[in-house]
Amino acid sequence: MIGLIDYGVGNIRAFANIYKQLDVPHKIASSVADLEGCTKVVLPGVGAFDHAMEKLHQSGMKEKLDELVLEKKMPVVGICVGMQMLAKRSDEGTADGLGWIDGEVKKFDVTKIQYATHLPHMGWNDIVPTKENPILKGLEKNAKFYFLHSYYFSCNREEDAIASTEYGVDFTCAVNNENIFGVQFHPEKSHHFGITLLKNFSEL
Amino acid sequence: MLRPRIIPCLLVQDKGLVKTVQFKKPKYVGDPINAVRIFNEKQVDELTILDIDATAEGREPDYKMIEHWASECRMPLCYGGGVKTPEQAQRIFELGVEKIAISSAAIADPSLITKIAERVGSQSVVVIIDVKKKLFGGYEVYTHNGKKSTGKNPFEFAEQIQNLGAGEIVINSIDQDGVMKGYDMSLVEKVRAVNTLPLTILGGAGSLKDMGDLIKKFRIIGASAGSLFVFKGVYKAVLINYPNPAEKDELIKNNFEFLKK
Repeated sequence: MIGLIDYGVGNIRAFANIYKQLDVPHKIASSVADLEGCTKVVLPGVGAFDHAMEKLHQSGMKEKLDELVLEKKMPVVGICVGMQMLAKRSDEGTADGLGWIDGEVKKFDVTKIQYATHLPHMGWNDIVPTKENPILKGLEKNAKFYFLHSYYFSCNREEDAIASTEYGVDFTCAVNNENIFGVQFHPEKSHHFGITLLKNFSEL
Repeated sequence: MLRPRIIPCLLVQDKGLVKTVQFKKPKYVGDPINAVRIFNEKQVDELTILDIDATAEGREPDYKMIEHWASECRMPLCYGGGVKTPEQAQRIFELGVEKIAISSAAIADPSLITKIAERVGSQSVVVIIDVKKKLFGGYEVYTHNGKKSTGKNPFEFAEQIQNLGAGEIVINSIDQDGVMKGYDMSLVEKVRAVNTLPLTILGGAGSLKDMGDLIKKFRIIGASAGSLFVFKGVYKAVLINYPNPAEKDELIKNNFEFLKK
């Protein structure tokens, strides 16, 4: 049973639609009680880092998730700002991140982007797997995903980075350490590429 | 490499899809859900759906209809039409819509852009500016399906809203709408000069070449179109269409000359 964490930030329904189509058992979890029975969780997120952290605290689920993910080793995938929340901190705000993956969130340096001067980084971009990983199975070649963000995850431990994307700099677009995964792009809005990734997560 | 976005824009009137010419003469072209499903198959970059009745009739967005579209879309969806308050924007966002487009309400009160961005995040706020050429030169912002002139200069407005919290600007040329003779490049140039936000252009595309010309000149830009993706041939037979992934790659590659250097 995949729990889709609903803390008022992010597009839960899009994930539910895809898992419904794939016939994968899932439920929306908006309280600690809802997390009962979940064997995996998806942590979506959009908008500002501090706002997302605050909403997660307000939902009352943060401590329970710490326990499930860090002690019980339940698989989790953070999406977009949900991935950034896995870090310790962000340039975007002052709130503490979850600190589940050793890293921090940085802002793009727009002066390095030769073909565009714009933030957010918005649209379809390539991902290049930098190491083999079960969540990227079938996406080794020519995979494109939809991105919408101005900040990116910077790993302190190189071995946690599993795929990169170029936008002025090569930045880490997917991370994994043990049971903890994160992707900067939106698999729920990336056609069959995203469906493949979400299916891979469900099969871990 | 980040790609320019190629975005079909669908207009909804009375729950059906229509296509206009210069914002007039709406022609029925089919059912929105059917179109969304076809665009899923075609793997479109993004989809914009505008309810052109909502503001004109002064009514609420049709949440049930929006929810239905959002649940079908396998790509980012931008909804516009009748959004006047942060509460409405948030409600639409929670239905699974990635981007909320505002136009007349933001032109009347630009602070609305900031208020909506605080609720749903800047990345999800799109400001659409409907622009028409003035009789004796220059351009003017219009609202209410091109019926209401605002007296505002679109370039001053685009500059003014740069830092208010929008994540994207859409320039919609009323003169070029449905004409299929190419984008108004000088209009795009003037907007690009005053605003660094992600920019999408709507109105005028009659072929992929028109989109190629836009991409060649402005590189990372949103090329949007209505008629091009709902009509086929000189007699404008209704046929939902979109370039396949290989055609799209080719279009981008051929127009990204700086990559060849």
